[in-house]
Amino acid sequence: MASQKVQNVIVAGLGGQGVLKVTDILAEVLFRSGYDVKKSEVHGMSQRGGSVSSEVRFGENVASPMVPDGECDILAVLEMDQVELVLGKLRRGGVLITPDDVPVKELNNPKALNVLILGALSKHLENISVDLWHEVIVENFPEKLRDGNLAMFDLGRK
Amino acid sequence: MKKQLLSGNEAVALAALDCGVNLGCGYPGTPSSEILDDFSKLGGSAEWEPNEKCALETAIGVALAGGRSLVTMKHVGLNVAADPFFTIAYSGTPGGLVVISADDPGMASSQNEQDNRRYAVSAGVPMFEPADSQECYDFLCAAFALADQFRSPVLFRMTTRVCHSKCVVERRKAAPDAKREGAFAVDPKSNVMVPAFARLAHRRLRGDLAKMREINEKNQYNKITLNSSELGIITSGISYQHAREAAPEASIFKLGFTHPLPEKAIRDFAGRVKRLVVVEEGDPYLADAVRALGIKIDAAEEEFRFGELNVDRVRKLLAHDPTPAPAPAVAPHPPQLCPGCPHRKTFETLRDLGCLVSGDIGCYTLGVMPPFNAIHACVCMGASVTVGLGLRKMLPEKEARRVVSVIGDSTFFHTGINGVVEMVYNTPATGHLLIILDNRTTAMTGMQENPGTGKKLNHVDPAPRLMPEDIVCGIGVEFVAVVDSTAEPEKFKSLVEECLAATRTSVIVVRRPCVIAAVRSKKMGN
Repeated sequence: MASQKVQNVIVAGLGGQGVLKVTDILAEVLFRSGYDVKKSEVHGMSQRGGSVSSEVRFGENVASPMVPDGECDILAVLEMDQVELVLGKLRRGGVLITPDDVPVKELNNPKALNVLILGALSKHLENISVDLWHEVIVENFPEKLRDGNLAMFDLGRK
Repeated sequence: MKKQLLSGNEAVALAALDCGVNLGCGYPGTPSSEILDDFSKLGGSAEWEPNEKCALETAIGVALAGGRSLVTMKHVGLNVAADPFFTIAYSGTPGGLVVISADDPGMASSQNEQDNRRYAVSAGVPMFEPADSQECYDFLCAAFALADQFRSPVLFRMTTRVCHSKCVVERRKAAPDAKREGAFAVDPKSNVMVPAFARLAHRRLRGDLAKMREINEKNQYNKITLNSSELGIITSGISYQHAREAAPEASIFKLGFTHPLPEKAIRDFAGRVKRLVVVEEGDPYLADAVRALGIKIDAAEEEFRFGELNVDRVRKLLAHDPTPAPAPAVAPHPPQLCPGCPHRKTFETLRDLGCLVSGDIGCYTLGVMPPFNAIHACVCMGASVTVGLGLRKMLPEKEARRVVSVIGDSTFFHTGINGVVEMVYNTPATGHLLIILDNRTTAMTGMQENPGTGKKLNHVDPAPRLMPEDIVCGIGVEFVAVVDSTAEPEKFKSLVEECLAATRTSVIVVRRPCVIAAVRSKKMGN
């Protein structure tokens, strides 16, 4: 079954942390790499500082845009106190990435934590060139924030 | 043709452009809000109107003049627009009119989870239900084609996950269709719904629906996947995506054109499988329709009509296991008023004064949360004013004097103004106090412009700026004040105390820009 080959990534955090920006970039990178991609999250009231979770699924043929419990391959969480909330999504042996796993002290801007974590996440997605990541990151930020975010992505990817 | 990764809302906007839509109009509401913004960014002509009824009526005018029009709203918006919706179903329009209803099963950002598929049946309007962004594009084109064929408005029913999920979309048209020229053909029998003409129109409508049903029997917009004969699933919309993943072995009849339903095709499918299950979010709309054909279904438990479905829940539905998923070990962070939000000081004051607050729909509904606990009733858009009046009329005087209505600027323009007319016309014995929270934007749904912001939908073109204080003065409210409750908390507090003690109609406009809107406005160089 094609659906068995589907890979699942979830990024979670709080409203205002740039969770959706990360999955926008991730989904576009995967799409340009030739995968069928679906991305899903809830907008609106929950974003007013509330818990936010955004899901990306990719493979040959993706059906549901939502990741079933216990089937997430890579779970990135931007806020430590949100880990427990979404941990049930992670499969046995799946990858968990939190602020503890990245050099938070080297952030050039506290708002760039999302891109720093995206860098760390990118290491777990094989066969995607760093150039493609850079290309899509550049498209997703206004000019004055581009270099700073590229630097944070590269730092997270180290 | 070029493929792109688009949300359902973006795909609708692209299809609207490609169908040569002359005007898109609507009122913001999650999950529909992005459609008109995206359409405008693509070069389409789009506008926010005061409310959904105004938007639908403008769209009707455009379509009566031969144009194509698109109206967007969230599910509850169609309640506001229901009056024109039911009657335009009778008369129809020579141009094409498509009404988008974005439903919110699970209530991610809504006050109820009503299922607007019922409106299609109730009004006698054909309905499409896309299951992903590609179908959002394809079905919108199909909806305009059907509208042309039958002069009929079309209901385009989306849901939260279809609106906001991104999927791969192929743009089918190389270039947008040419926009139509406006022309009005005088034809009272078709366009003036007095009883004599409406009786004829109703018969024509039922005849057209029968013809549409025949068209739908060909399954051009439905998809049948025949696998196992043990299990057959009838489904539509996002539920289809969950179902095909939860039960890859099943035969599936996936409906895209969901009113009027293809009865023969459903009967034929049912005859091919031993066990038939309907998988749908919300009301048992398809299940009831299938049962009404005399077909036996293996019914889902009541539990599954609440909230959104997902792959896990569809697996359970198929296994007749209605036990809810275990709650996460910790509670999700609830949404709350932003730091620096001008509503904070307002609700602190109302709480400290022991007010009984009749609230309304917007960010400020979060005033119900701790530490404010300062919203005590909230029903629908505009209800704050009139529900507050009813409270004042029923409660003993001492209690009645504690009652305050609170409404945001966009909601005031939406349906709050009528309430102020009532407040002046049938004033309660103790008078009344309305507080208008004017943060100069439609914040909850994503900072859309409104008649009070001085800008058109695209945030650039200037518009006349309507001032709530001028409007309520014009209506005849006896006392009107404008204050910034964050900058002058003491002044605000004494104003509220004074208004509660006085036996008169009072309006206090609390004016201070939304903190998020202020930052965005600066970024845009305004």
